[in-house]
Amino acid sequence: MSEISSPRIVIVGAGPAGIRAAATLIEAGLHPVVIDEAQRAGGQIYRRAPAGFARTHEQLYGSEAAKARALHALFDRLAEEGRLTHCAPSSVIAVREGRLHVLGEGGVQVIGYDRLILATGASDRVAPVSGWQNAGVYSLGAAQIALKAQGVALGRRIVLIRSGPLLTLVGAQLVKAGTHVAAVLDTSPWRQQLRGFWGLAARPVVALRGLVLRARLGGRYHAGVTLERIEADETGVAALRWRDAGGREHLTPCDMIGMGWHLRAETHLADLVGCAFTRDEQWRQWLPKTDRMGRAGNGVYLAGDGVRLLGADGAEIAGRLAAAACLSDLGRPAPCASADLRRLARFERFASGLARAFPWPSQMVLTLPDEAIVCRCENVTAGAVREGADFGGGEANRVKSLSRVGMGRCQGRYCQLAAVELVAAQAGCTPEAVGRFRGQAPVRPAPIGAFLQKG
Amino acid sequence: MIMAGRIVRLAERDRAQLHFLLDGEMRGALAGDTVLTAMLASGHALRKSEFGPDLRAGFCLMGACQDCWVWREEGSRLRACTTLIAEGMRLRTTPPEGWP
Repeated sequence: MSEISSPRIVIVGAGPAGIRAAATLIEAGLHPVVIDEAQRAGGQIYRRAPAGFARTHEQLYGSEAAKARALHALFDRLAEEGRLTHCAPSSVIAVREGRLHVLGEGGVQVIGYDRLILATGASDRVAPVSGWQNAGVYSLGAAQIALKAQGVALGRRIVLIRSGPLLTLVGAQLVKAGTHVAAVLDTSPWRQQLRGFWGLAARPVVALRGLVLRARLGGRYHAGVTLERIEADETGVAALRWRDAGGREHLTPCDMIGMGWHLRAETHLADLVGCAFTRDEQWRQWLPKTDRMGRAGNGVYLAGDGVRLLGADGAEIAGRLAAAACLSDLGRPAPCASADLRRLARFERFASGLARAFPWPSQMVLTLPDEAIVCRCENVTAGAVREGADFGGGEANRVKSLSRVGMGRCQGRYCQLAAVELVAAQAGCTPEAVGRFRGQAPVRPAPIGAFLQKG
Repeated sequence: MIMAGRIVRLAERDRAQLHFLLDGEMRGALAGDTVLTAMLASGHALRKSEFGPDLRAGFCLMGACQDCWVWREEGSRLRACTTLIAEGMRLRTTPPEGWP
């Protein structure tokens, strides 16, 4: 058992990046505090089922089982030996002047830090489709979480829509688990997918594994589709209307739709802590600025999908690098970073290939009918967003105030990217000029009672 | 049209059974189910949208979208995807009277 180190280092997130960052600091003799929303460490991709579930790592994580097992075992050992303080399940809801406001089961507590490593990960990058507000539409990540952490499918007749590697993976996992997957629809045409080839060749094994999985989907897989509308009845989703690459109309009955287009970095805390952001045209989103090691300035370090969308393997490396940067800034001996930096560069080439091969469906977003819902939280329509732009001009936060898009309980996580593109098109400017929604604390809804001191 | 529950159990069916109350009706679940899993094992939705006629059944399952709010009979709100069901839990799909 070691004491919380001075200087105090807090890591937010216990996925691949957070776990590697913690282990690197502990090897250097420090005792970090790790705050995580999940009961058990692992993050989303290596998410663990609750106690009492019996499937093995091989059954849960397939080809990634060894990596998942190594990370889980490492974290559990460090926690058991008392070499880190694991604060979970807890959400950091605000950051101000070196203090984190942490919402846990017992209310809100304040945890100070000298150095902060944010490893907040990512969620699905979703694009609105007419009718997506209905029960039975889920993110693709949700379909995977349901399968891994609960052993369930979210429907009896499933359609997956998206572009990107997770589409193939989740599709293949669901088929293998015995679910009825009616169709797997990719908005990226074959021609576009080939354009990413050179980047994807940077990780040949991963690329090949993707192709094998896709082969398992067989005739369910269609590339270059256009999504028209999700039809619903009184119990929720009933069918998806779509057109294939040749323009033929299809109506596929289903009770569950999983959707998403790669990932959206979770950046609310980086925003609150004052990080600078740049618009990344490759990923069509804003990402916090850091140096190669993950330094964001003012004692803040970022690692993993919350800053660069490289997936779990890249996140492990980025976690080690951020911790190494932190150690060296503290004047302590830090592990050599050059090999990790080279691997990261290779992962970035692969990620660029992915971004190119499976792009965000801009055209689909821009042609959304006015009555289609953009914000699922408060049912704000595309028409209301366009009207906001007509009235307030091409500025994200003004349109947010006027239309309430991005003001709902998810705080813009699932509507911002589409909303900004709609505003840009309406105002005749670039998404970069439109800007991004300002992050506001609390970054998760918190009941008033949590702030009241007991006694 | 969904006749039984929205979700289908594919694995891990040997867990202990437990019971909870949903809008006053007794429902069954398995230990380790989230509230979301437990509710959707025998129903097709969690709640109705406050802003339209559509039903909601959760969206992200990772605590980010807040689509899966339901309420305890005692009055507090919970996120169904990140809360585990417990024996005797009393839940409701609509906010209690006087909830802001």
